[in-house]
Amino acid sequence: MADKTMTAADALKGGLWTEVPVLRLILGMCPTLAVTTAVKPALTMGLSVLFVLLCSNIMVSLMRNLLKPHLRILMFTLTIAAFVTIADLFLRAFTPQMSEVLGPYVPLIIVNCIIIARAEACASKCGIFVSTVDAISMGIGFTIVLCILASIRELLSVGTIWDIPVLWKGFVPWAAMRMPVGAFVTLGLMMALVNTFTQKSVRGS
Amino acid sequence: MDKFYLLLTAFISIVLINNLVFTKFLGICPYLGVSGRLDMAFGMGLAVTFVITLAGVLTWLIDHMVLMPYGLEVTRYVCYILVIAGAVQLVEMYLRKFFPPLYDSFGIFLPLITTNCAILGLCLFINLWGIGNLPEVAVLSFGAGIGFTMAICIMAGIRENLNLADVPQCLQGAPITLITAGLLTLAFMGFAGMVK
Repeated sequence: MADKTMTAADALKGGLWTEVPVLRLILGMCPTLAVTTAVKPALTMGLSVLFVLLCSNIMVSLMRNLLKPHLRILMFTLTIAAFVTIADLFLRAFTPQMSEVLGPYVPLIIVNCIIIARAEACASKCGIFVSTVDAISMGIGFTIVLCILASIRELLSVGTIWDIPVLWKGFVPWAAMRMPVGAFVTLGLMMALVNTFTQKSVRGS
Repeated sequence: MDKFYLLLTAFISIVLINNLVFTKFLGICPYLGVSGRLDMAFGMGLAVTFVITLAGVLTWLIDHMVLMPYGLEVTRYVCYILVIAGAVQLVEMYLRKFFPPLYDSFGIFLPLITTNCAILGLCLFINLWGIGNLPEVAVLSFGAGIGFTMAICIMAGIRENLNLADVPQCLQGAPITLITAGLLTLAFMGFAGMVK
């Protein structure tokens, strides 16, 4: 049992580097690909996921001793659904425009694999402190990846970042980056880049 | 006849033009995770088609007969996820009883259909599009499942061939699959504009 328990340091390192949600675990792909046409929706999405992940991890960690094995997925999804409803209503009340841009992808956080995976892999086994750290580091890792992907796509498709024009005047927008194909190919190349780095570091050590 | 034509258009539209995987990015995780072998991909597609049809129709009925008349829209997501989880449980029991080998080969991916974004996504999109009659909901849900099956089978076929190809080391695994998926969406964009 001793070697299985995670420490807070493991959780912190996992979320930010060794197990970066999208790039390493290949989880939570749907929102990643769908909302990254621009940086603003990507950041909103990342923060909503962070909020839901934090709340659900704390909740699951608190009730981990009451869970029955065959009902756990149902309990996880119901807990998550409750918090996603809160996040959705919050967004709709305070940033109605953003809520419209994100559309059904906010309620789709319910079935975001990252949150369920963390509930299963960490929160249902660890104490509340480790779960909190894990949720925060995973959420931040996810947000960072989303923002990088969104910056690349926004820069190439309209020449702006955060709606501020940054490229020269005669820049010809690359419309394909706004479309699904841009999302898939950019993410694929990002993963390839990360793979290259990790393979090197493995060889070096 | 008009009615039939409308349903046919809706079916073609959801399978080819508004395909959930290619244009809405839904169900990407099983799309990348289970598409290694053609037979498994096909079985997965059928299971998803069954669950999505059941879930689409049931959530629409619950939405229109219970939640909206009584003003309970705030519990919508919780209800949707309960319906989907129930439908998946049904499929799981059925497969375990009648097709044990298939059940074993699915492993963890079967309960994970609950968290397949394509299913919840379709229920939400039906709500968003404001579809008002039951036959259209049924056709759209069934078509979404067929579209998913088609996408995952095409992908599995390509990946079986890809195993024999000489892929650069840094692209092996997920990256090359993603790039292939990107090219597939590009190909399917050719259908855009065929019907609304």
